[in-house]
Amino acid sequence: MFDWFFNFINWLVAIYESWPLGVQITFMTLVKIVALMAPLMVCVAYLTFAERKIIGYMQSRLGPNRVGPRGWLQPIADAVKLMFKEIIIPTGSNKYLFLISPILSIAPALAVWAVIPFNDGMVLADINAGLLYVLAVTSLGVYGVIIAGWASNSKYALLGAMRIGAQIVAYEIAMGFALVGVLMAAGSLNLGEIVKGQSGSIFHWYWLPLLPLFLIYFISGVAETNRAPFDVAEGESEIVAGFHVEYSGMAFAVFFLAEYANMILIAALAAIMFLGGWLSPFQGLPEAVFAVPVLGAVLGGGIHWLLIKMSFFLFCFLWFRATFPRYRYDQIMRLGWKVFIPITIIWLLVLGLMILGNVPPWWSAA
Amino acid sequence: MGVEKVLFYIFAAMMVISATMVITVRNPIRAALFLVLTFFSSAVLWMLLEAEFLAIVLVLVYVGAVMVLFLFVVMMLDINMDRLKEGFIRYLPFGVLIALLMVGMIIYVVGPGNFGLDKIAEPARHAADYNNTKALGMVLYTDYVYPFEIAAVLLLVAIVAAIALTMRRREGTKYQKPEQQISVNRNERVRLVKMSAEQKK
Repeated sequence: MFDWFFNFINWLVAIYESWPLGVQITFMTLVKIVALMAPLMVCVAYLTFAERKIIGYMQSRLGPNRVGPRGWLQPIADAVKLMFKEIIIPTGSNKYLFLISPILSIAPALAVWAVIPFNDGMVLADINAGLLYVLAVTSLGVYGVIIAGWASNSKYALLGAMRIGAQIVAYEIAMGFALVGVLMAAGSLNLGEIVKGQSGSIFHWYWLPLLPLFLIYFISGVAETNRAPFDVAEGESEIVAGFHVEYSGMAFAVFFLAEYANMILIAALAAIMFLGGWLSPFQGLPEAVFAVPVLGAVLGGGIHWLLIKMSFFLFCFLWFRATFPRYRYDQIMRLGWKVFIPITIIWLLVLGLMILGNVPPWWSAA
Repeated sequence: MGVEKVLFYIFAAMMVISATMVITVRNPIRAALFLVLTFFSSAVLWMLLEAEFLAIVLVLVYVGAVMVLFLFVVMMLDINMDRLKEGFIRYLPFGVLIALLMVGMIIYVVGPGNFGLDKIAEPARHAADYNNTKALGMVLYTDYVYPFEIAAVLLLVAIVAAIALTMRRREGTKYQKPEQQISVNRNERVRLVKMSAEQKK
Protein backbone atom coordinates (compact mmCIF):
# COMPACT_ATOMS: atom_id res chain seq x y z
CA MET A 1 0.00 0.00 0.00
CA PHE A 2 2.79 2.34 0.89
CA ASP A 3 5.13 0.84 -1.67
CA TRP A 4 5.13 3.93 -3.82
CA PHE A 5 6.24 5.92 -0.75
CA PHE A 6 9.19 3.66 0.04
CA ASN A 7 10.10 3.57 -3.63
CA PHE A 8 10.12 7.35 -3.64
CA ILE A 9 12.38 7.46 -0.54
CA ASN A 10 14.73 4.91 -2.10
CA TRP A 11 14.82 6.97 -5.27
CA LEU A 12 15.79 10.08 -3.26
CA VAL A 13 18.47 8.16 -1.36
CA ALA A 14 19.87 6.85 -4.65
CA ILE A 15 20.10 10.38 -6.03
CA TYR A 16 21.83 11.55 -2.84
CA GLU A 17 24.36 8.74 -2.95
CA SER A 18 25.22 9.45 -6.57
CA TRP A 19 26.59 12.88 -5.65
CA PRO A 20 30.30 13.39 -4.91
CA LEU A 21 31.26 13.30 -1.23
CA GLY A 22 31.87 17.04 -0.92
CA VAL A 23 28.42 17.84 -2.26
CA GLN A 24 26.87 15.27 0.08
CA ILE A 25 28.52 16.87 3.12
CA THR A 26 27.49 20.36 2.04
CA PHE A 27 23.93 19.20 1.43
CA MET A 28 23.65 17.48 4.81
CA THR A 29 25.08 20.53 6.57
CA LEU A 30 22.53 22.76 4.87
CA VAL A 31 19.74 20.39 5.90
CA LYS A 32 20.99 20.49 9.48
CA ILE A 33 21.14 24.28 9.42
CA VAL A 34 17.54 24.45 8.23
CA ALA A 35 16.52 21.91 10.86
CA LEU A 36 18.11 24.16 13.49
CA MET A 37 16.97 27.55 12.21
CA ALA A 38 13.33 26.76 11.42
CA PRO A 39 12.42 25.71 14.99
CA LEU A 40 14.47 28.62 16.31
CA MET A 41 12.46 31.12 14.30
CA VAL A 42 9.21 29.50 15.48
CA CYS A 43 10.54 29.76 19.06
CA VAL A 44 11.31 33.44 18.56
CA ALA A 45 7.81 34.08 17.21
CA TYR A 46 6.13 32.27 20.07
CA LEU A 47 8.46 33.80 22.64
CA THR A 48 7.05 37.21 21.73
CA PHE A 49 3.57 35.75 22.17
CA ALA A 50 4.53 34.17 25.50
CA GLU A 51 6.02 37.46 26.62
CA ARG A 52 2.84 39.38 25.93
CA LYS A 53 0.67 36.70 27.53
CA ILE A 54 2.80 36.17 30.64
CA ILE A 55 3.38 39.83 31.32
CA GLY A 56 -0.32 40.37 30.65
CA TYR A 57 -1.31 37.87 33.31
CA MET A 58 1.27 39.29 35.73
CA GLN A 59 -0.37 42.68 35.29
CA SER A 60 -3.93 41.30 35.50
CA ARG A 61 -4.59 41.72 31.78
CA LEU A 62 -5.47 39.10 29.20
CA GLY A 63 -2.79 39.83 26.62
CA PRO A 64 -3.43 39.23 22.90
CA ASN A 65 -6.49 37.00 22.46
CA ARG A 66 -8.15 38.03 19.19
CA VAL A 67 -6.17 36.47 16.33
CA GLY A 68 -6.87 32.74 16.09
CA PRO A 69 -7.91 30.53 19.00
CA ARG A 70 -6.91 32.27 22.27
CA GLY A 71 -4.62 34.52 20.28
CA TRP A 72 -2.33 31.74 19.08
CA LEU A 73 -1.95 33.22 15.60
CA GLN A 74 -0.90 36.65 16.87
CA PRO A 75 2.84 36.25 16.06
CA ILE A 76 1.99 35.17 12.51
CA ALA A 77 -0.20 38.25 12.09
CA ASP A 78 2.60 40.45 13.47
CA ALA A 79 5.13 38.92 11.07
CA VAL A 80 2.84 39.43 8.07
CA LYS A 81 2.19 43.02 9.10
CA LEU A 82 5.90 43.79 9.42
CA MET A 83 6.69 42.16 6.08
CA PHE A 84 4.25 44.37 4.22
CA LYS A 85 5.30 47.63 5.83
CA GLU A 86 7.54 50.03 4.01
CA ILE A 87 11.18 50.36 5.04
CA ILE A 88 11.74 54.09 5.37
CA ILE A 89 15.30 55.29 4.99
CA PRO A 90 15.72 58.65 6.71
CA THR A 91 17.19 61.54 4.75
CA GLY A 92 20.77 62.25 5.72
CA SER A 93 21.29 58.69 6.88
CA ASN A 94 24.12 56.58 5.61
CA LYS A 95 22.12 54.30 3.35
CA TYR A 96 24.43 51.29 3.06
CA LEU A 97 25.30 51.17 6.72
CA PHE A 98 21.66 51.76 7.61
CA LEU A 99 20.59 48.68 5.67
CA ILE A 100 23.56 46.49 6.57
CA SER A 101 23.31 46.93 10.35
CA PRO A 102 20.23 44.69 10.88
CA ILE A 103 22.13 41.96 9.03
CA LEU A 104 25.21 42.52 11.21
CA SER A 105 22.93 42.21 14.19
CA ILE A 106 21.21 38.94 13.30
CA ALA A 107 24.11 37.10 11.66
CA PRO A 108 26.09 36.55 14.91
CA ALA A 109 22.88 35.80 16.82
CA LEU A 110 22.24 32.88 14.46
CA ALA A 111 25.87 31.82 13.86
CA VAL A 112 26.42 31.00 17.54
CA TRP A 113 23.84 28.22 17.38
CA ALA A 114 26.31 26.15 15.33
CA VAL A 115 28.16 25.01 18.47
CA ILE A 116 25.22 24.56 20.86
CA PRO A 117 24.85 20.85 21.76
CA PHE A 118 21.21 19.77 22.17
CA ASN A 119 21.95 16.21 23.12
CA ASP A 120 24.94 13.90 23.27
CA GLY A 121 26.56 14.44 19.86
CA MET A 122 23.58 16.42 18.55
CA VAL A 123 25.50 19.50 17.50
CA LEU A 124 26.12 21.14 14.15
CA ALA A 125 29.85 21.87 14.60
CA ASP A 126 31.57 20.03 17.43
CA ILE A 127 34.63 22.27 17.70
CA ASN A 128 37.22 22.18 20.46
CA ALA A 129 37.16 25.90 21.17
CA GLY A 130 33.34 26.04 21.36
CA LEU A 131 33.10 28.31 24.38
CA LEU A 132 35.62 30.73 22.90
CA TYR A 133 33.71 30.73 19.62
CA VAL A 134 30.53 31.62 21.51
CA LEU A 135 32.29 34.53 23.23
CA ALA A 136 33.87 35.81 20.01
CA VAL A 137 30.74 35.63 17.89
CA THR A 138 28.39 37.13 20.47
CA SER A 139 30.81 40.02 20.87
CA LEU A 140 30.24 40.84 17.18
CA GLY A 141 26.56 41.56 17.76
CA VAL A 142 27.33 45.01 19.15
CA TYR A 143 28.36 46.27 15.71
CA GLY A 144 24.84 46.02 14.31
CA VAL A 145 23.56 48.17 17.12
CA ILE A 146 26.33 50.78 17.08
CA ILE A 147 26.23 51.17 13.31
CA ALA A 148 22.42 51.37 13.33
CA GLY A 149 22.61 54.17 15.87
CA TRP A 150 25.20 56.10 13.94
CA ALA A 151 23.84 55.55 10.43
CA SER A 152 20.30 56.64 11.35
CA ASN A 153 21.40 60.26 11.68
CA SER A 154 19.17 60.74 14.68
CA LYS A 155 20.12 61.96 18.13
CA TYR A 156 17.98 59.39 19.95
CA ALA A 157 19.45 56.55 17.94
CA LEU A 158 23.00 57.79 18.57
CA LEU A 159 22.34 58.14 22.30
CA GLY A 160 20.94 54.62 22.38
CA ALA A 161 23.95 53.28 20.49
CA MET A 162 26.37 54.99 22.89
CA ARG A 163 24.59 53.56 25.91
CA ILE A 164 24.43 50.06 24.50
CA GLY A 165 28.06 50.09 23.37
CA ALA A 166 29.37 50.97 26.81
CA GLN A 167 26.99 48.54 28.49
CA ILE A 168 27.82 45.57 26.30
CA VAL A 169 31.58 46.11 26.60
CA ALA A 170 31.27 46.39 30.40
CA TYR A 171 29.16 43.28 30.90
CA GLU A 172 31.09 41.21 28.41
CA ILE A 173 34.04 41.25 30.79
CA ALA A 174 32.03 39.92 33.72
CA MET A 175 30.48 37.36 31.39
CA GLY A 176 33.88 36.32 30.07
CA PHE A 177 35.19 35.79 33.60
CA ALA A 178 32.14 33.70 34.45
CA LEU A 179 32.91 31.54 31.42
CA VAL A 180 36.54 31.24 32.54
CA GLY A 181 35.16 29.71 35.74
CA VAL A 182 33.18 27.18 33.72
CA LEU A 183 36.14 26.16 31.62
CA MET A 184 38.32 25.82 34.71
CA ALA A 185 35.72 23.56 36.29
CA ALA A 186 35.21 21.44 33.18
CA GLY A 187 38.80 21.53 31.93
CA SER A 188 37.54 21.91 28.38
CA LEU A 189 36.32 24.57 25.97
CA ASN A 190 34.04 22.12 24.19
CA LEU A 191 30.41 22.65 25.20
CA GLY A 192 29.60 18.94 24.94
CA GLU A 193 32.51 18.11 27.25
CA ILE A 194 31.31 20.78 29.68
CA VAL A 195 27.91 19.10 29.90
CA LYS A 196 29.47 15.67 30.30
CA GLY A 197 31.66 17.01 33.11
CA GLN A 198 28.50 17.73 35.09
CA SER A 199 27.04 14.23 35.01
CA GLY A 200 26.25 12.59 38.30
CA SER A 201 23.27 14.17 39.95
CA ILE A 202 21.61 17.55 40.29
CA PHE A 203 24.33 18.50 42.80
CA HIS A 204 27.07 17.72 40.30
CA TRP A 205 25.85 20.45 37.97
CA TYR A 206 28.03 23.53 38.08
CA TRP A 207 25.35 25.83 39.49
CA LEU A 208 26.39 24.76 42.99
CA PRO A 209 30.21 25.13 42.96
CA LEU A 210 29.95 28.16 40.65
CA LEU A 211 26.88 29.75 42.24
CA PRO A 212 28.17 33.37 42.17
CA LEU A 213 29.38 32.96 38.58
CA PHE A 214 26.04 31.41 37.61
CA LEU A 215 24.09 34.38 38.96
CA ILE A 216 26.51 36.87 37.44
CA TYR A 217 26.40 35.08 34.10
CA PHE A 218 22.64 35.19 33.92
CA ILE A 219 22.36 38.81 35.06
CA SER A 220 25.08 39.83 32.58
CA GLY A 221 23.18 37.89 29.94
CA VAL A 222 20.10 39.97 30.65
CA ALA A 223 22.25 43.09 30.35
CA GLU A 224 23.90 41.88 27.12
CA THR A 225 20.55 41.32 25.45
CA ASN A 226 19.29 44.76 26.57
CA ARG A 227 16.32 43.35 28.37
CA ALA A 228 14.60 45.04 31.29
CA PRO A 229 15.79 46.11 33.83
CA PHE A 230 18.91 46.90 31.75
CA ASP A 231 17.09 48.24 28.70
CA VAL A 232 18.51 51.76 28.78
CA ALA A 233 19.52 51.37 25.14
CA GLU A 234 15.87 51.31 24.16
CA GLY A 235 14.47 53.19 27.12
CA GLU A 236 11.04 54.02 25.67
CA SER A 237 10.36 56.72 28.22
CA GLU A 238 13.74 58.44 27.73
CA ILE A 239 14.97 58.08 24.15
CA VAL A 240 11.86 56.80 22.30
CA ALA A 241 13.20 53.45 21.09
CA GLY A 242 16.95 53.97 21.17
CA PHE A 243 19.09 52.63 18.35
CA HIS A 244 16.24 51.30 16.20
CA VAL A 245 13.98 54.34 16.42
CA GLU A 246 14.34 55.08 12.69
CA TYR A 247 13.74 51.51 11.54
CA SER A 248 10.44 50.26 10.20
CA GLY A 249 9.01 47.16 8.59
CA MET A 250 11.27 44.16 8.06
CA ALA A 251 14.45 46.05 8.99
CA PHE A 252 12.99 46.59 12.45
CA ALA A 253 11.74 43.01 12.57
CA VAL A 254 15.27 41.72 11.95
CA PHE A 255 16.56 43.62 15.01
CA PHE A 256 13.66 42.18 16.94
CA LEU A 257 14.47 38.65 15.78
CA ALA A 258 18.12 39.13 16.76
CA GLU A 259 17.18 40.29 20.26
CA TYR A 260 14.92 37.31 20.89
CA ALA A 261 17.33 34.83 19.31
CA ASN A 262 19.98 36.19 21.68
CA MET A 263 17.65 35.75 24.64
CA ILE A 264 17.06 32.11 23.72
CA LEU A 265 20.80 31.71 23.25
CA ILE A 266 21.62 33.06 26.71
CA ALA A 267 19.01 30.72 28.17
CA ALA A 268 20.52 27.77 26.28
CA LEU A 269 24.08 28.64 27.36
CA ALA A 270 23.09 29.10 31.00
CA ALA A 271 21.32 25.72 30.88
CA ILE A 272 24.30 24.02 29.24
CA MET A 273 27.03 25.49 31.40
CA PHE A 274 25.39 25.63 34.82
CA LEU A 275 22.34 23.35 34.82
CA GLY A 276 23.77 20.32 33.07
CA GLY A 277 22.36 20.82 29.56
CA TRP A 278 20.55 17.69 28.40
CA LEU A 279 21.30 15.79 31.62
CA SER A 280 18.34 14.66 33.65
CA PRO A 281 17.95 15.81 37.27
CA PHE A 282 16.98 12.25 38.11
CA GLN A 283 20.40 10.90 37.19
CA GLY A 284 21.64 8.66 39.99
CA LEU A 285 18.34 6.83 40.52
CA PRO A 286 18.62 3.02 40.27
CA GLU A 287 19.12 1.72 36.73
CA ALA A 288 15.83 -0.20 36.85
CA VAL A 289 13.86 3.06 36.76
CA PHE A 290 15.33 4.04 33.39
CA ALA A 291 14.51 0.64 31.93
CA VAL A 292 10.75 1.26 32.22
CA PRO A 293 9.52 1.93 28.63
CA VAL A 294 8.07 5.47 28.60
CA LEU A 295 8.91 6.68 32.10
CA GLY A 296 12.59 5.81 31.60
CA ALA A 297 12.83 7.88 28.43
CA VAL A 298 11.17 10.85 30.13
CA LEU A 299 13.29 10.64 33.30
CA GLY A 300 16.52 9.89 31.41
CA GLY A 301 18.64 12.61 29.87
CA GLY A 302 17.61 14.11 26.55
CA ILE A 303 16.81 17.19 24.59
CA HIS A 304 13.55 17.67 26.51
CA TRP A 305 15.46 18.48 29.70
CA LEU A 306 17.48 21.12 27.89
CA LEU A 307 14.27 22.65 26.54
CA ILE A 308 12.68 22.64 30.01
CA LYS A 309 15.72 24.39 31.50
CA MET A 310 15.77 26.94 28.67
CA SER A 311 12.07 27.64 29.21
CA PHE A 312 12.76 28.30 32.86
CA PHE A 313 15.42 30.91 32.01
CA LEU A 314 13.23 32.49 29.35
CA PHE A 315 10.43 32.76 31.88
CA CYS A 316 12.90 34.55 34.19
CA PHE A 317 13.64 37.04 31.40
CA LEU A 318 9.93 37.87 31.13
CA TRP A 319 9.47 37.82 34.89
CA PHE A 320 12.28 40.38 35.34
CA ARG A 321 10.69 42.63 32.77
CA ALA A 322 7.36 42.59 34.55
CA THR A 323 8.94 43.07 37.98
CA PHE A 324 11.87 45.47 38.03
CA PRO A 325 12.02 49.18 37.21
CA ARG A 326 14.73 50.26 34.79
CA TYR A 327 18.22 50.71 36.19
CA ARG A 328 19.74 54.16 36.09
CA TYR A 329 22.64 54.35 33.63
CA ASP A 330 25.41 55.13 36.14
CA GLN A 331 24.21 52.32 38.39
CA ILE A 332 24.39 49.85 35.51
CA MET A 333 28.02 50.81 35.02
CA ARG A 334 28.73 50.57 38.74
CA LEU A 335 27.14 47.12 38.94
CA GLY A 336 29.13 45.88 35.97
CA TRP A 337 32.55 47.24 36.78
CA LYS A 338 32.63 47.58 40.56
CA VAL A 339 30.50 44.67 41.74
CA PHE A 340 30.47 41.87 39.17
CA ILE A 341 34.08 41.94 38.01
CA PRO A 342 35.60 41.84 41.55
CA ILE A 343 33.22 39.05 42.58
CA THR A 344 34.11 36.95 39.55
CA ILE A 345 37.85 37.43 40.10
CA ILE A 346 37.58 36.40 43.75
CA TRP A 347 35.48 33.38 42.88
CA LEU A 348 38.01 32.31 40.25
CA LEU A 349 40.63 32.18 43.03
CA VAL A 350 38.27 30.22 45.29
CA LEU A 351 37.50 27.87 42.41
CA GLY A 352 41.21 27.34 41.71
CA LEU A 353 41.75 26.38 45.34
CA MET A 354 38.75 24.03 45.25
CA ILE A 355 40.09 22.29 42.16
CA LEU A 356 43.57 22.06 43.67
CA GLY A 357 42.09 20.64 46.88
CA ASN A 358 40.04 18.07 44.91
CA VAL A 359 36.86 19.10 46.70
CA PRO A 360 34.29 16.30 46.31
CA PRO A 361 31.90 15.61 44.64
CA TRP A 362 32.90 17.85 41.72
CA TRP A 363 36.59 17.20 41.49
CA SER A 364 38.50 14.13 42.45
CA ALA A 365 42.19 13.34 42.49
CA ALA A 366 41.78 10.82 39.67
CA MET B 1 41.96 23.99 -6.96
CA GLY B 2 40.62 22.80 -3.64
CA VAL B 3 37.98 24.53 -1.55
CA GLU B 4 40.65 25.75 0.85
CA LYS B 5 42.54 27.51 -1.91
CA VAL B 6 39.38 29.19 -3.16
CA LEU B 7 38.62 30.34 0.38
CA PHE B 8 42.18 31.59 0.77
CA TYR B 9 42.03 33.68 -2.38
CA ILE B 10 38.61 35.09 -1.53
CA PHE B 11 39.60 36.17 1.95
CA ALA B 12 43.10 37.29 1.00
CA ALA B 13 41.63 39.52 -1.70
CA MET B 14 39.04 40.80 0.77
CA MET B 15 41.79 41.57 3.27
CA VAL B 16 43.98 43.44 0.81
CA ILE B 17 41.06 45.43 -0.60
CA SER B 18 39.66 46.37 2.80
CA ALA B 19 43.13 47.28 4.10
CA THR B 20 43.51 49.61 1.14
CA MET B 21 40.07 51.07 1.79
CA VAL B 22 41.04 51.83 5.40
CA ILE B 23 43.51 54.46 4.19
CA THR B 24 41.60 55.67 1.13
CA VAL B 25 37.97 56.19 2.23
CA ARG B 26 37.16 59.66 3.44
CA ASN B 27 34.68 58.88 6.16
CA PRO B 28 36.54 57.88 9.38
CA ILE B 29 33.70 55.58 10.50
CA ARG B 30 33.89 53.69 7.23
CA ALA B 31 37.66 53.47 7.62
CA ALA B 32 37.21 51.91 11.06
CA LEU B 33 34.64 49.46 9.69
CA PHE B 34 37.00 48.44 6.89
CA LEU B 35 39.66 47.85 9.52
CA VAL B 36 37.21 45.49 11.23
CA LEU B 37 36.76 43.65 7.94
CA THR B 38 40.53 43.41 7.57
CA PHE B 39 40.87 41.82 11.01
CA PHE B 40 38.04 39.47 10.25
CA SER B 41 39.52 38.25 6.98
CA SER B 42 42.93 37.78 8.55
CA ALA B 43 41.23 35.70 11.26
CA VAL B 44 39.81 33.51 8.51
CA LEU B 45 43.30 33.14 7.00
CA TRP B 46 44.64 32.02 10.38
CA MET B 47 41.78 29.57 10.59
CA LEU B 48 42.91 28.13 7.25
CA LEU B 49 46.39 27.73 8.77
CA GLU B 50 44.81 25.50 11.47
CA ALA B 51 45.43 28.14 14.14
CA GLU B 52 41.81 28.23 15.23
CA PHE B 53 42.52 29.35 18.78
CA LEU B 54 44.47 32.41 17.62
CA ALA B 55 41.88 33.15 14.94
CA ILE B 56 39.01 33.16 17.44
CA VAL B 57 41.02 35.21 19.91
CA LEU B 58 41.79 37.73 17.17
CA VAL B 59 38.07 38.12 16.52
CA LEU B 60 37.30 38.25 20.23
CA VAL B 61 39.92 40.82 21.19
CA TYR B 62 40.39 43.03 18.14
CA VAL B 63 37.00 42.84 16.46
CA GLY B 64 34.87 42.36 19.54
CA ALA B 65 36.53 44.78 21.94
CA VAL B 66 39.28 47.03 20.58
CA MET B 67 37.51 48.11 17.41
CA VAL B 68 34.24 48.72 19.26
CA LEU B 69 36.03 51.25 21.44
CA PHE B 70 37.72 52.69 18.33
CA LEU B 71 34.37 53.18 16.62
CA PHE B 72 33.02 54.69 19.77
CA VAL B 73 35.73 57.31 19.91
CA VAL B 74 35.54 58.06 16.17
CA MET B 75 31.77 58.50 16.43
CA MET B 76 32.10 60.90 19.34
CA LEU B 77 34.72 63.05 17.65
CA ASP B 78 33.53 65.74 15.32
CA ILE B 79 36.25 65.34 12.74
CA ASN B 80 36.73 68.30 10.47
CA MET B 81 37.88 66.90 7.12
CA ASP B 82 39.17 70.23 5.79
CA ARG B 83 41.51 70.65 8.72
CA LEU B 84 42.77 67.11 8.25
CA LYS B 85 43.67 67.71 4.62
CA GLU B 86 45.58 70.91 5.33
CA GLY B 87 49.35 70.78 4.93
CA PHE B 88 49.36 67.74 2.64
CA ILE B 89 52.16 69.15 0.47
CA ARG B 90 54.15 70.30 3.47
CA TYR B 91 54.23 66.86 5.08
CA LEU B 92 54.53 64.95 1.79
CA PRO B 93 58.35 64.53 1.64
CA PHE B 94 58.48 63.34 5.23
CA GLY B 95 55.57 60.98 4.66
CA VAL B 96 57.14 59.50 1.54
CA LEU B 97 60.42 58.95 3.40
CA ILE B 98 58.68 57.12 6.24
CA ALA B 99 56.64 55.06 3.79
CA LEU B 100 59.75 54.04 1.84
CA LEU B 101 61.54 53.09 5.04
CA MET B 102 58.61 50.98 6.17
CA VAL B 103 58.29 49.23 2.81
CA GLY B 104 62.03 48.52 2.76
CA MET B 105 61.92 47.10 6.24
CA ILE B 106 58.91 44.90 5.51
CA ILE B 107 60.55 43.58 2.33
CA TYR B 108 63.75 42.89 4.26
CA VAL B 109 61.89 40.93 6.94
CA VAL B 110 59.13 39.14 5.01
CA GLY B 111 60.48 39.39 1.49
CA PRO B 112 60.38 36.45 -0.90
CA GLY B 113 63.99 35.54 -0.09
CA ASN B 114 63.09 34.46 3.44
CA PHE B 115 60.20 32.24 2.50
CA GLY B 116 59.67 29.19 0.38
CA LEU B 117 59.63 25.48 0.98
CA ASP B 118 63.45 25.28 0.87
CA LYS B 119 63.72 27.69 3.82
CA ILE B 120 60.87 26.42 5.98
CA ALA B 121 59.60 22.88 5.81
CA GLU B 122 55.97 22.40 4.89
CA PRO B 123 53.96 22.23 8.14
CA ALA B 124 52.45 18.83 8.78
CA ARG B 125 48.68 18.43 8.66
CA HIS B 126 47.12 17.58 11.97
CA ALA B 127 44.34 15.09 12.50
CA ALA B 128 40.80 16.29 13.15
CA ASP B 129 41.07 15.62 16.88
CA TYR B 130 44.23 17.72 17.27
CA ASN B 131 43.65 20.24 20.06
CA ASN B 132 45.22 23.52 19.06
CA THR B 133 44.20 25.26 22.30
CA LYS B 134 45.83 22.62 24.45
CA ALA B 135 49.04 22.63 22.40
CA LEU B 136 49.31 26.40 22.66
CA GLY B 137 48.67 26.34 26.39
CA MET B 138 51.30 23.66 26.88
CA VAL B 139 53.96 25.76 25.18
CA LEU B 140 52.85 29.06 26.68
CA TYR B 141 52.88 27.91 30.29
CA THR B 142 56.07 25.84 30.15
CA ASP B 143 58.72 26.99 27.68
CA TYR B 144 57.59 30.59 27.41
CA VAL B 145 56.20 31.17 30.87
CA TYR B 146 58.55 34.08 31.72
CA PRO B 147 58.04 36.07 28.49
CA PHE B 148 54.32 35.41 28.89
CA GLU B 149 54.27 36.75 32.45
CA ILE B 150 56.38 39.75 31.48
CA ALA B 151 53.94 40.58 28.68
CA ALA B 152 51.08 40.34 31.19
CA VAL B 153 52.83 42.71 33.59
CA LEU B 154 53.58 45.13 30.74
CA LEU B 155 49.91 45.19 29.81
CA LEU B 156 48.99 45.81 33.42
CA VAL B 157 51.43 48.71 33.60
CA ALA B 158 49.92 50.14 30.42
CA ILE B 159 46.42 49.91 31.87
CA VAL B 160 47.43 51.57 35.12
CA ALA B 161 49.33 54.29 33.25
CA ALA B 162 46.44 54.99 30.89
CA ILE B 163 44.02 55.35 33.78
CA ALA B 164 46.46 57.44 35.83
CA LEU B 165 47.05 59.80 32.91
CA THR B 166 43.39 60.40 32.11
CA MET B 167 41.81 60.35 35.52
CA ARG B 168 41.31 63.72 37.10
CA ARG B 169 39.20 64.54 40.07
CA ARG B 170 37.28 67.70 39.56
CA GLU B 171 36.42 69.77 42.56
CA GLY B 172 32.80 69.84 43.53
CA THR B 173 31.48 66.90 41.54
CA LYS B 174 28.59 65.27 43.29
CA TYR B 175 28.10 61.57 43.08
CA GLN B 176 26.08 59.14 45.07
CA LYS B 177 27.43 56.38 47.21
CA PRO B 178 25.07 53.43 46.83
CA GLU B 179 26.43 51.72 49.93
CA GLN B 180 25.35 54.72 52.00
CA GLN B 181 22.06 54.93 50.19
CA ILE B 182 21.09 51.36 50.93
CA SER B 183 22.34 51.40 54.52
CA VAL B 184 20.06 54.27 55.43
CA ASN B 185 17.45 53.45 58.04
CA ARG B 186 14.05 54.72 58.78
CA ASN B 187 15.01 56.95 61.66
CA GLU B 188 17.32 59.05 59.49
CA ARG B 189 14.62 59.80 56.96
CA VAL B 190 11.30 59.97 58.75
CA ARG B 191 10.42 61.43 62.15
CA LEU B 192 6.98 60.80 63.53
CA VAL B 193 5.80 63.60 65.74
CA LYS B 194 3.08 63.02 68.27
CA MET B 195 0.84 66.01 68.74
CA SER B 196 -2.72 66.68 69.60
CA ALA B 197 -5.10 67.47 66.81
CA GLU B 198 -5.42 71.13 65.95
CA GLN B 199 -8.60 72.76 67.10
CA LYS B 200 -10.83 74.47 64.64
CA LYS B 201 -11.10 78.10 65.46
